[in-house]
Amino acid sequence: MSAELKTVSIEDLISEISDGCLLGITNELGGVSMAATRALIRRGVRDLRLFCLPTSSLQADLLIGAGCVAEIDTSAVTLNEFGLAPRFVSAVQEGTITVHDSTCPAMHAMLQAAEKGVPFMPLRGLIGSDILRHRPDWKVIDNPFAAGGDPIVLLPAVAPDIALMHAPMADRDGNIYIGRRREMATLAHAAKRVLFTVERIHSGSLFDDEALATGALSGLYVHAIAEAPRGAWPLVLGGEYETDSLHMHRYVQMAATPEGFAAYLNAFVFNHAAAAE
Amino acid sequence: MTDAYKREELLICLVARLLAGVRYVAIGALSPIPGAAALLTQAISHDRVRVSFLHGRHNQFTDGGRELFDAAAQGRIDAFFLGGVQIDGQANINLVGPGPYPKTTRRFSGSFGSALIYYVVPRVILFREEHSPRTLVKQVDFISAPGVSPPAVYRPGGPTALVTNLAHFSFDRSRARFRLASVHPDHAAAEVRDQTGFDFDCPSEVLTTPAPEPDRLALLRGPIAERMAELYPEFHARVFAAA
Repeated sequence: MSAELKTVSIEDLISEISDGCLLGITNELGGVSMAATRALIRRGVRDLRLFCLPTSSLQADLLIGAGCVAEIDTSAVTLNEFGLAPRFVSAVQEGTITVHDSTCPAMHAMLQAAEKGVPFMPLRGLIGSDILRHRPDWKVIDNPFAAGGDPIVLLPAVAPDIALMHAPMADRDGNIYIGRRREMATLAHAAKRVLFTVERIHSGSLFDDEALATGALSGLYVHAIAEAPRGAWPLVLGGEYETDSLHMHRYVQMAATPEGFAAYLNAFVFNHAAAAE
Repeated sequence: MTDAYKREELLICLVARLLAGVRYVAIGALSPIPGAAALLTQAISHDRVRVSFLHGRHNQFTDGGRELFDAAAQGRIDAFFLGGVQIDGQANINLVGPGPYPKTTRRFSGSFGSALIYYVVPRVILFREEHSPRTLVKQVDFISAPGVSPPAVYRPGGPTALVTNLAHFSFDRSRARFRLASVHPDHAAAEVRDQTGFDFDCPSEVLTTPAPEPDRLALLRGPIAERMAELYPEFHARVFAAA
């Protein structure tokens, strides 16, 4: 237990994320590390396989548009109230990425199997859908606890190589405050390595205060932390700041064409100073 | 359409009637009309109806994104709303996009939680404002979730109704077929037939969707409009603020 937390730079943080990595991410109901996402694009990572809990918005769209993604396992990619995700839509229609279409509870369940250390998790629904029809890795069995005639889907455990998330704070011992967004804990428990960017460092221990402790993720699951104030920008970070709607509208306009998207990357990703970090 | 109320208000009051008797309804981020209808249902019930909005800081889930789906799978959620890029005559829904999968001719977001929710929530109301042959099709190009399932499949839930800008259909699960329940004022059954890509049952005398009840319209424009301002600001500005 150290007096001060050892953090790393964002560049060092993402150095663990190699080409072809199975990368677990949450949507903005959790915490999205846009600062690390921009750094990944600057570094030129390739062939990422994104595992979205359970959807993604700007993070996936940026990575896909920048040519960093080979496959995406998700129940949706959308910019929510700002509309469809333009680079995702274009990449799917041109066939430059492979989409493994899923459904939200399945994304949760596959990670829950991994965090329990069991090989699969059953889930209701799905039977008769084209989602299941395109998933040769998902199985239907007859419920062994029923008298027969109760088909149910089994989903394999998924342990992402790396989970990358953003949170309000880390304490001096490397515990992370995630609040009530418990899917961040599920993803951290399931992943082999867990990387966080945080708004700030909390000087004490989160476990000294029962109210903070209930929203803590133990540092046991966390492998590296980088400080990144406004690191979810332009997305929302619950309890900290709202979505930058003006910026999102601007993104939607610029990302409508490949040329506009390239200009966006130049302005807000490659030109380090223009972005919030 | 008369000037006495807006199209959205007609739809909200219609959907609120379809929610009669529910105890717990959950509402998604992009569903302002169902959201307002749920709040109206809650107000009429003197707050005995519980409404969970999945977006925003006021959702009451504390176990992460899975809690909604776990609660639904247990049968705790009585009603939910789903839409679709395409909806067909057997109430199959497609949230992925039209055309041959996976490339599709126009890719949409994805299936979200529909492939569980549609099976386990007893009263799923299909809500799709655009009523045209491209949205209401004979057969969807991709089944995000099927309208009905064989008897062996665990399926306590499913679709009960479809509401569009033109009409309200009820859905008969045993026959996997829609029936025209009412046509909105200023529209006709023939127009509904023209604009619908699938076949449906039609009673000999077609009802007109009732106008909003005055007391409900008052609730809607008063306390519910106030809550909508926070939950769905853009919708509020368009529908309630200008009045």
